[in-house]
Amino acid sequence: MNGAYLLSQVANGLILGSMYALIAIGFSMIYGIVRLINFAHGDIFTIGAFATLASIAVIQAPFPVVLAIVLVVGAAVGLLIERAAFRPMRGAPQVTGFIASLAVSIIIENLAVLTVSAQPRTFAVPAYLNRLIPLGGLNVRMIDIAIVLLAIILMIALVLFVRFTKIGVAMRATAENYDVARLMGININRMIGIAFAIGSALAAVAGLMWGTKYGQISPLMGVLPGLKAFVAAVIGGVGSITGAVLGGYVLGMAEVLFVGLLPPEYSGYRNAFVFGALILVLLVMPNGILGRSTEQRA
Amino acid sequence: MSAPRNTFLPRFAIAALVGAALVALADANLNPYLLSIIQFIGLNIILAVSLNVTNGFIGLFSLGHPAFMTVGGYVAAILVIPPERKAALLPDLPAFLAAQEWSFLPALIAGGSVAALVALIVGFPVLRLRGHYLAVATLGLIFIVQSFAVNLRGVTRGALGLSGLPELTNLWWVYLFCLVTIYVCWQLKHSSLGRTMLAIRENELAASCLGVKVARMRILSFVLGAFLAGIAGGLWVHLVTLISPSSFSFILAFEIVVMVVLGGTGSITGAVLVAVVLSVLTQLLRPVEEAANLFGASQMIVAFVVLVVLITRPKGLFGTAEPDLVGWLLRPFRKSKAA
Repeated sequence: MNGAYLLSQVANGLILGSMYALIAIGFSMIYGIVRLINFAHGDIFTIGAFATLASIAVIQAPFPVVLAIVLVVGAAVGLLIERAAFRPMRGAPQVTGFIASLAVSIIIENLAVLTVSAQPRTFAVPAYLNRLIPLGGLNVRMIDIAIVLLAIILMIALVLFVRFTKIGVAMRATAENYDVARLMGININRMIGIAFAIGSALAAVAGLMWGTKYGQISPLMGVLPGLKAFVAAVIGGVGSITGAVLGGYVLGMAEVLFVGLLPPEYSGYRNAFVFGALILVLLVMPNGILGRSTEQRA
Repeated sequence: MSAPRNTFLPRFAIAALVGAALVALADANLNPYLLSIIQFIGLNIILAVSLNVTNGFIGLFSLGHPAFMTVGGYVAAILVIPPERKAALLPDLPAFLAAQEWSFLPALIAGGSVAALVALIVGFPVLRLRGHYLAVATLGLIFIVQSFAVNLRGVTRGALGLSGLPELTNLWWVYLFCLVTIYVCWQLKHSSLGRTMLAIRENELAASCLGVKVARMRILSFVLGAFLAGIAGGLWVHLVTLISPSSFSFILAFEIVVMVVLGGTGSITGAVLVAVVLSVLTQLLRPVEEAANLFGASQMIVAFVVLVVLITRPKGLFGTAEPDLVGWLLRPFRKSKAA
């Protein structure tokens, strides 16, 4: 094991972590406001990947346009799901929304299998994204740098939005106390819609990144990354955006190092490791790294 | 809330006898395909009613049933396979396992027990979580068990799975375990133990103030559900004569949870009814699906129905109640007698 190998593993962890973090933010935002774990979130990630493929293959859009399309598609799907499935159930027990999100997820997955078939598809990315760039003794692809930079830009933009704009303040107020926020004249449904739109757009971008990075997408690709991003959100502390980012990077790094540093016969236990980590973290820190205790209400 | 307890035993005995007659009739007359469908319906009943103990009675939201079925299925399969076949199928099996050849019933119970043991070990950390966290942790358990099944090649034959298992499950076995499951769960619900569980579901804080050991009760219900799921797993794999790491996926968890939720969390009658209706519906839709070449359409329809029911009847069909179906069925006859 040498330094370059370790460094490339760290780079891979950073990339995977960026994607987990982007998906986890959506989980966290939605949970923070409506106390709903949205299982369909992983499928929005899939939709983002397919939207990328479609806009590259069909209209041959340049990359920034593709990115814009993916953001819009993700936000639109998120809004649609919220409007159609979750809004009619507002006020029902938490578990109801959870099962509803499972149902939505199954509908989307089967719809995807029916329309685009379960065959994995390969992804052709523009040549300039595959160019190798020497960086600190290591050759990285352009796309790798783009992924990490894009993720960081989006996260900073989101944090600024939530912290300094009027809507951002209203969203934080809603997450803080739903009922009081409503009494203050905040349009709760609009805040929930915005949370779904932003979270879903970010998940769709993560789908774009996954497709361009690993070069293959399929209708069921979102299930595992979606669940793992949830694990990341929990590790960071559900409800906190910085927590979700932190959790995403911690989990991505840990997963890559687990596979990269241990002997190969253990790499099959990758998923067991991730979910085992979830159970362990919850044992030691039930509210995650940055989460606050809010659940104990009689 | 429910029928008085003393009317349950005679009714259960009569229902069991009628059921046994029907099973004998079906066993003698129906073709193997229809019989296997009926057995799947029975298995779904066992799964739904046992998950109801965890999710319905005590209000934990577990999705872990497929994990326990996988454990129970592998244990039962490995114990039942004759040693000479094991030597060919699983040459790397530890010697003490390779020499075993159990008959079906003890193997099933061993499968259930190992599943219960897994639930016990996992339960201590996991059951401290509530609601959502528990759901995701148990979902994670499915993936954990799956990756062990894929990677412990010496014991499980990895992703290939164990095929050509003896076809031991028949309608009588399924029926027997259906009866046992329903009986145990019904008696549990109407005992002080079950009432304690319902109390925890309704208000955990109040229950613990009254001296209920919340953690102990949670573990108990989780372990009982896992035991029955393990047995169902053993029955399942000896019906399809195959087990692989992907035999029991998280889609199955969703289907079982749907049965419980639609029936009304806590209602055994509801769970049984919805299990039957959903399984029949899926079987009826399957030929349509194949003819129209729309694979996955039935899952979508079921998921859609779930959404509609959740929106219109958030508490499921029966809530926690056990409606008096026999009385309801007999009502027209009684009326005619009075007239």
